[in-house]
Amino acid sequence: MSDLRELYQEVILDHSRQPRNFRRPEHANHEAKGDNPLCGDKVTVFLTIEDGKVVDVGFQGRGCAISMASASLMTEIIKGKTEEEARALFESFHDEMTGKSACHGAAAGELDKLTVLSGVREYPMRVKCATLSWHTLMAALDSRQNNVSTESDDRL
Amino acid sequence: MTAANRPLAAANTPSFDVERVRADFPILARPVHGKRLAFLDSAASAQKPRAVIDAVSHCYEAEYANVHRGVYWLSARATQGYEGARETVARFLNARDSAEIIFTRNATAAINLVAYSLGAGHLKTGDEVVISWLEHHSNIVPWQILRERLGIVLKVVPVNDAGEFLIEEYERLLSPRTKLVAVTHTSNALGTITPIGDIVRLAHAAGARVLIDGSQAAPHRQVDVQALDCDYFVFTGHKVYGPSGIGVLYGKADLLRAMPPFEGGGDMIRTVSFEKTEFADIPNRFEAGTPPIAEAIGLAAAIDYVTALRFDRIAAHEQAVLTYATERLSDIPGLRIIGTARKKASILSFVMDSAHPHDVGTVLDEGGVAVRAGHHCAQPLMERFGVAGTARASFGLYNGFDDVDQLVEGLRRVKEIFG
Repeated sequence: MSDLRELYQEVILDHSRQPRNFRRPEHANHEAKGDNPLCGDKVTVFLTIEDGKVVDVGFQGRGCAISMASASLMTEIIKGKTEEEARALFESFHDEMTGKSACHGAAAGELDKLTVLSGVREYPMRVKCATLSWHTLMAALDSRQNNVSTESDDRL
Repeated sequence: MTAANRPLAAANTPSFDVERVRADFPILARPVHGKRLAFLDSAASAQKPRAVIDAVSHCYEAEYANVHRGVYWLSARATQGYEGARETVARFLNARDSAEIIFTRNATAAINLVAYSLGAGHLKTGDEVVISWLEHHSNIVPWQILRERLGIVLKVVPVNDAGEFLIEEYERLLSPRTKLVAVTHTSNALGTITPIGDIVRLAHAAGARVLIDGSQAAPHRQVDVQALDCDYFVFTGHKVYGPSGIGVLYGKADLLRAMPPFEGGGDMIRTVSFEKTEFADIPNRFEAGTPPIAEAIGLAAAIDYVTALRFDRIAAHEQAVLTYATERLSDIPGLRIIGTARKKASILSFVMDSAHPHDVGTVLDEGGVAVRAGHHCAQPLMERFGVAGTARASFGLYNGFDDVDQLVEGLRRVKEIFG
């Protein structure tokens, strides 16, 4: 049963019960929805990006302990990062979860906060629960929700 | 109820020895995570008895060739095995004629066959098809595709808070434009058994045909398509302890003969020229290409197996296990059973206050208990009950009270971790 304690560490349970940044930031200008059709989990990630920097981040949704905790931890790490740093963190976390490599380079220090999720690797059916919010983050970074018209206008 | 005072009588009735039955299923002897395996996901797919495994192996080792073609001995043997399987299925469903039995890939393919074929003539814009909230996606999506293609109207019979089919609402939904009623016999997500006799009678009175999704009925009870008087009945092999890759469509002969084919190809024709093709008679008309030969033979072995155990005994045993499981789970604080119909097959869906179904499933798995967690391909029904999904324990003929005890022990562990 030690594996289960490895998976459901106190930090995970804490973040799943009381997710941080579980809200829609007032000035959010990027957002994306993510869902896992296999289990019905849904998450929406909101970003306030100013000058290429994530100045605020929040999420809403429903899901299992792993997906809620992972989303909560993600918001804590992403806040204050540049878009590029956020994308690099996604790559590192994704590789870590899918076992492609241990976390590397500059991202390694940041990812320390996420080592509580490393137990998920032992549960292949659950890896998608941990990565759902991160994939949604990437979609949010690529989205142009509230400023889509201005950007289009610029191009015109 | 506690493990100590479980009903002894039904644990091992003289007529149904669950330990002996379990010994027929090799996979149930293997441990999972070092624990005894309590396999409680037969509603998704059942395990296979030795008789089925042997029948499939024997087919490939000794009697395999393509069917309906060769003049040589092996092809004749394979054809006998395949067509013999059709006879076995016809007896299993009490069909008048084995030509009324069409082999498909699974139940989903059987429903799609009917939807496609009825959509190629019988159903027209504005015609109504009635389904229910209890349907599996396989009995929703094919009709939605027809709605897109033809502009048919899809009507949905609601259920009450217990998950019971509302027959009065159903009666109100029937109209002179109703051409087809396509409903499940037994809900895969909740276990509800629908009042199928009344459903068929009322549909016929309204001039509509009836398709029954019998995927969850066939493993649990004797089906008699003549007594039901249904026009179409589908089920899948892998849920009735047979191989995957084989399903069955039963249809009344006169209706099938009037239906255009679903797929074109070899084995479904009488003559082919580039100007015109004459289609074969049923059942071959609906079986284009090389069929699932070994799978059909394995399905026949599965049917022989469950028939020998007798459905009255299987049903009595499974109901005893369901009753015991329902009572024990009802004792767990913070656990809510979803689906409390008076008539249920041995399927028990539940949610827990403190833990998401996926987390429940992972913790149970660690204790050797295999349950399904999620929406069970019935998302509208989950919405109806205000949940994203449930954990579902489904009991097959090899499950006993010990499996329920192991489930309850696992749920205790869930509460330890999640509170």
